[in-house]
Amino acid sequence: MSLSRRQRTRAVRGVQYAVLAAVLLVLALAADWGEIRRAFFDTEVAKAQFPDIITTALLNTVVYTLLGFGFGLAAGLLLALMRLSRVLPYRWLAIAYIEFFRGVPALLVFIALGFGVPLAFQVALNQYVTVMLALGLVGAAYMAETIRAGIQAVPKGQMEAARSLGMSQSRAMVSIIIPQALRIVLPPLTNELILLTKDSSLVYLLGLSLSQYELAKFGRDALNQNRSLTPILIAGLCYLIITLPLGHLVRRLEARTAKAR
Amino acid sequence: MTAVSTGDGSAAEGGPAIDVRGLRKSFGALEVLAGIDFSVARGEVVCVIGPSGSGKSTLLRCVNLLEEPTSGTVTVAGAEVTDPEVDIDRVRRRIGMVFQSFNLFPHLTALENLTLPQRRVLGRDKAEAARVARERLARVGLTDKESAYPAQLSGGQQQRVAIARALAMDPELMLFDEPTSALDPELVGDVLAVMRSLADEGMTMLVVTHEMSFAKEVADRVVFMDGGAIVEEGTPERVIGAPRHARTRSFLARLLTPATAELTEAAAAPHGAGERPGPA
Repeated sequence: MSLSRRQRTRAVRGVQYAVLAAVLLVLALAADWGEIRRAFFDTEVAKAQFPDIITTALLNTVVYTLLGFGFGLAAGLLLALMRLSRVLPYRWLAIAYIEFFRGVPALLVFIALGFGVPLAFQVALNQYVTVMLALGLVGAAYMAETIRAGIQAVPKGQMEAARSLGMSQSRAMVSIIIPQALRIVLPPLTNELILLTKDSSLVYLLGLSLSQYELAKFGRDALNQNRSLTPILIAGLCYLIITLPLGHLVRRLEARTAKAR
Repeated sequence: MTAVSTGDGSAAEGGPAIDVRGLRKSFGALEVLAGIDFSVARGEVVCVIGPSGSGKSTLLRCVNLLEEPTSGTVTVAGAEVTDPEVDIDRVRRRIGMVFQSFNLFPHLTALENLTLPQRRVLGRDKAEAARVARERLARVGLTDKESAYPAQLSGGQQQRVAIARALAMDPELMLFDEPTSALDPELVGDVLAVMRSLADEGMTMLVVTHEMSFAKEVADRVVFMDGGAIVEEGTPERVIGAPRHARTRSFLARLLTPATAELTEAAAAPHGAGERPGPA
C-alpha cells in the first residue's frame, strides 16, 4: 500500500461512515414501524395526555422543585456559614449534616418523611411541606458545600475593605461577601436545580391525589391505562422542557463568569 | 468641603492622630515588627519607605487592626485600638484605608461602592449618602463614572474610586498601603495628584509607598524601615536627600538606579554597605 497518511485517514473515516449507514439501514428495514409507533408514539394516547400533563403534572413538578430548592438554598446558606464559623460545634454540626445527607439516598429521606415521621410522631404533614422538607434537606447538603466554596472564592481583600470601612464581620458577610459568593456559585446552583427537578419524581412515593400528580407519576398512571410508552415519552420530553433551558443557562453563566475574570 | 471633618466628634481632644508604642508582630516564628515606636501628628503627612519585607505594610495594617499586634499599643485619635474592650468597628470608621489592590466591591457600581458603607455603617439615608458620594467622586475627578462597575474602570480610576469611598466616610485620617504599586506607570500620576490635593487640604496621612518623588514633595516626614524596625526618620530632605544610615543609602541607591546600585552603594557607603542584602 502506498497511501499517504492523509489518504489513509480519509479511507478509515469513510469505512466508519459506511458501517454506520449499513447498520441504520438494516435496523430501519427490520423494524416494524407500525408497532414501534403504537408503542412509543400513539397519537390518540398522546392527545389524551393534554392538557392535564401540562396544567397539572408539569406545573406540580415545577412547584415541588421550587419549594425544595427555596428551602434547600436557605438551609444550605445557613449550613455553609456554620461550616465556616469560628465556633467549633457549629462546624461539627454542619459537617455531620452535610456528610449524612450527601451519603444517604434521597429515596430514603422521602420514606422517612412520608411514612416514618407520621407513624412515629402521629402527625400528618401537609403534602407540600413533606415535599419541601424532603427535597430541601437533601439539596441543602449539596448546596452548602457549593456555597461554602463560593464564599471562600471571594478574595480576602473584600472582607478587609469592608471591615476597614467599619462594617462588622456579619454586616460585611451579608452586604459584601455573600452577594459575590452567590454570583460565583450561580452556575453550580443551577445544576443543583436541574438535579432537584429530576429528584422531585420521588414524590410519587407519598401517595398523591390526582391533582397532586407530578410528571413521573402522571406518566406512570397513563401507562397503566393505555399500555403504551407514549405517556412516559411525553413526560420525559416535559422534563427536558425544564432542564434543557436550565442547562443552557448554566453554560451561559459559566461563560459570563469566565469572561469576568 | 472639609477634608478633616470629624465623624464622631470624639476627635476633639489634642494629642497625636496615631501613636504607636513598643509594637511587635510575629507570624509564627517570623518577627515582622521588632518593636516600633512612632507617632503621626494631626494634619501631618508621613511616608513610610523601605525594602519589601521590611514590615511597613504590616505596621500600617496594625493601625486599624487588620493585623492583630503581638504586643505593644496603638492609639488612634485618642482611642486605643489594641484595647481588647474597644469597639473596633467604631474606631475603623474614623480611619480611611486605601489598598494596593483597590478592593472595590465588584458587584456594585462606583456610586454604590460609596453609598453602601455610608448607609450601613453611618446610617445615612439614601439621598444624603448619594449626595456625599457624588461630591467625593467629583473630587477625585470621576463624576462621569458613577454608574460604571469596577471592572469597567482602569486601575487608576479604580484606585481613585477607592480613595473617594474612604473619604465618603469622613475619616479623620487616611492610611495608604502602596496605593500606586499595582498601577501601570502612566496611571500613577492621577492617583498621586488626588493624594497631593488631600495633603494640601490638611488630611492626616500615613502612606506606605515606593514613590520617592511623592515622598519628597508631599511628606512632612519620611520614615525608613528595614528588618521590622525604624532605621531613621526625618524630613524628606534629610532622609531622602542626605540619609545617615548605610542601609537607607543602599536602599535609595538601588531604588533610583538599579543597574548601577553596586557602584553607588560602594561609593556612598564605604563602611558596611554590604551588611545586608538589599531588595530585589
